[in-house]
Amino acid sequence: MAYKNYILVCGGTGCESSKSDELFKALHQQAEAQGVKNDVQIVKTGCFGFCEKGPIVKVLPQESFYVEVKPEDAKEIVAEQVVKGREVKRLLYRKGEKADSNVKIEDIEFYQKQFRVVLRNCGVINPENIDEYIAREGYTGLERALFKMKPDDIVNELKVSGLRGRGGAGFPTWLKWDLTKKAPGDVKYVVCNADEGDPGAYMNRSTIEGDPHSLIEAMIICGYTIGARQGYIYIRAEYPLAIERLKIAIRQAKEYGLLGTNILGSGFDFDLEIRLGAGAFVCGEETALLRSLEGNRGMPVPKPPFPAISGLWKKPTVINNVETYVNISVIMSKGAQWYAKIGTEKSRGTKTFALTGKIQNSGLVEVPMGTTLREIIFDIGGGIRGGKKFKGVQTGGPSGGIITAESLDQPISYESLTALGSMMGSGGMIIMDEDDCVVDIAKFYMAFCVDESCGKCAPCRIGTNQMHAILDKISKGQGTEDDLAKLEKIGKAMTKASLCMLGGSAANPTLSTLRHFREEYLEHIRDHKCRAGKCKDLVVYEIDAAKCIGCGLCARKCPVPCIAGEKKQPHVIDQARCIKCGECYKACKFGAVIKK
Amino acid sequence: MPVAQIEFSGELMDFIEEWKEKPGNLIMLLHRIQEEFGYIPREAAEKLSRIIGLPLAKIYGVITFYHFFKTTKPGKHRISICLGTACYLRGSQDLLDETQSILNIKGDEITDDGLFSIDAVRCLGCCGLAPVLMIDNEIYGKVVKEQLPEIIAKYRSN
Ligand SMILES: Cc1cc2nc3c(=O)[nH]c(=O)nc-3n(C[C@H](O)[C@H](O)[C@H](O)COP(=O)(O)O)c2cc1C
Ligand code: FES
Repeated sequence: MAYKNYILVCGGTGCESSKSDELFKALHQQAEAQGVKNDVQIVKTGCFGFCEKGPIVKVLPQESFYVEVKPEDAKEIVAEQVVKGREVKRLLYRKGEKADSNVKIEDIEFYQKQFRVVLRNCGVINPENIDEYIAREGYTGLERALFKMKPDDIVNELKVSGLRGRGGAGFPTWLKWDLTKKAPGDVKYVVCNADEGDPGAYMNRSTIEGDPHSLIEAMIICGYTIGARQGYIYIRAEYPLAIERLKIAIRQAKEYGLLGTNILGSGFDFDLEIRLGAGAFVCGEETALLRSLEGNRGMPVPKPPFPAISGLWKKPTVINNVETYVNISVIMSKGAQWYAKIGTEKSRGTKTFALTGKIQNSGLVEVPMGTTLREIIFDIGGGIRGGKKFKGVQTGGPSGGIITAESLDQPISYESLTALGSMMGSGGMIIMDEDDCVVDIAKFYMAFCVDESCGKCAPCRIGTNQMHAILDKISKGQGTEDDLAKLEKIGKAMTKASLCMLGGSAANPTLSTLRHFREEYLEHIRDHKCRAGKCKDLVVYEIDAAKCIGCGLCARKCPVPCIAGEKKQPHVIDQARCIKCGECYKACKFGAVIKK
Repeated sequence: MPVAQIEFSGELMDFIEEWKEKPGNLIMLLHRIQEEFGYIPREAAEKLSRIIGLPLAKIYGVITFYHFFKTTKPGKHRISICLGTACYLRGSQDLLDETQSILNIKGDEITDDGLFSIDAVRCLGCCGLAPVLMIDNEIYGKVVKEQLPEIIAKYRSN
């Protein structure tokens, strides 16, 4: 080691939004100002995963793990750690309440049950420097593919690895590649689906931001295997940082002869281009994505023919998710045997999840398949925020369903999540607590599907609208018990008759909440009551005269204002004028405002 | 019909030149035009139609399909409020309502002084910081509604 210290600063989108870039610059300035520029290397890495506590800074070799670091802290970090060799205790991550200077990454609960294959380089290397990727066995898989293996060997390697698609459906990757390889035609394409449309999921984004070469390497391997010379990465325009890092990585790969003509002297030519999405969820669906790549409206087409036979510009095309590709780079460098040991019988390897919602530690996690939901939510995620009660977890985003407390001990796999009425999806995992209302959530997802339905097929276009109208009615206390049967009927029709899986799965959040929380739907209908207090039309705020001391805080906070009362006397809410904003409820320090 | 006039910068023309012959280039070209003008003015779409020889109807078909493309001029400062699932669960709908009420605008409207417009967007990718909003390119995380007047005020003066 040439340097005394290495300071790794998280440069993921989450941390950059909390000023990690300023921090990075401040650290450089401080190293310069304090005359230790040559003792320390400061690197901006990809996401560490622990987004809740960002920006994160890690200092080597001490492995100090600093959380919520501000630009102003740069001076102290350099002065203490680089100059004097002492940790800055106040910034260290605390386990429990007491400060403990020896908390290393492996002691942090958040990391203990994780196993990083896809994210192996995220937060470790500088994603803008190809040499750092190469130093961590990068591009060895490509070398092995080009010089030691025939395309059929690679397909076989994938078969042995047991890898299945990470974009949601879990289709065996080797089979997809094999079909495309065997499809007749000289021109074929490799496409990466980086559209990541599930709102609240950001695994693919973080992976690209933290380790772009890992994606590029696998796409080249795919090109070699199926006989394609051109690849496209279709990425959301909303991901500027990931796009920038990809551009840099593609440029560097070209300079190193890893992309372009005669790759590494093998005689194989392959090139990559970035194409931007434009904010349409349906474009995550593969046939719609291909239409969008062709410059059209992104509308799905019936399958078959599958893209493997007739894809981009009607040519045989492999389309895989970002995470699927990144797994392939690892499989090709470490070998399928190694990979196949991870995970469960039918679902091999690991899976990344974006843990969000009412969870203590929001962030990006990666666990072996077969880990239980309880381990992810309670051990890694630290449980529910604010000591509230767990209500459910939504996997698969707007296409998935809610999984409740009694299924928390289920090991995660494609099969188990489907059996629970949800799906693996791309990895969004949204945690809900007792303050969340299932009707409100079902309505939220349905509104999303109404917006995102491309309108091509009637079941989806009309069905989503009808279901949304009914859910809206129920949320306003105007529903009937018949409506529940209607929801189920329309939902089933949509599931069966829609052209693509957007419509085919749009009813899932509604149907699954209906199955698990029918009682709550009935409360909205019969009792005009929303126990979580989310459906504004049903909430009534009242002041408990016995508890009210007449401090007047609620009246001052009320924006209408509709709360009246003499000083030191119980106050009253004028129900006719109340807009149910809940400000009084939040303001009262005596629990005198009650929500019914 | 008179031919509408609109200036394209040299860089934009270079970009169009570079992409003109590539298959499936339309969306990339529209992105570049929106980057230049902040939205896609009708005149720009007409001009593009002439340069690349694609019917205007086809171009508009694409523009209107995708949420990202705007056909009306946004305010000087664009406030994007995330209504992704993670942010929604942590109360971003309240942020949207409150911002609309502070600025007294709805939907695609812009404030009378032309300073602000609001977009409800889905997932800005910082779900760990939910609820999140973004003004121009600056992200604000873990926002509570009481902070909104202060945050917005920062942009009023310039
Ligand atoms: C409505 C809808 C949205 C989808 N969104 C995505 C997405 O954002 N990312 C993704 O990789 N796959 C998405 N898919 C799945 C793709 O259609 C396709 O199965 C996937 O790209 C195949 O890659 P894989 O085999 O590597 O999983 C979506 C499917 C549907 C029906
Ligand atoms: S859901 Fe708001 S940033 Fe992801």
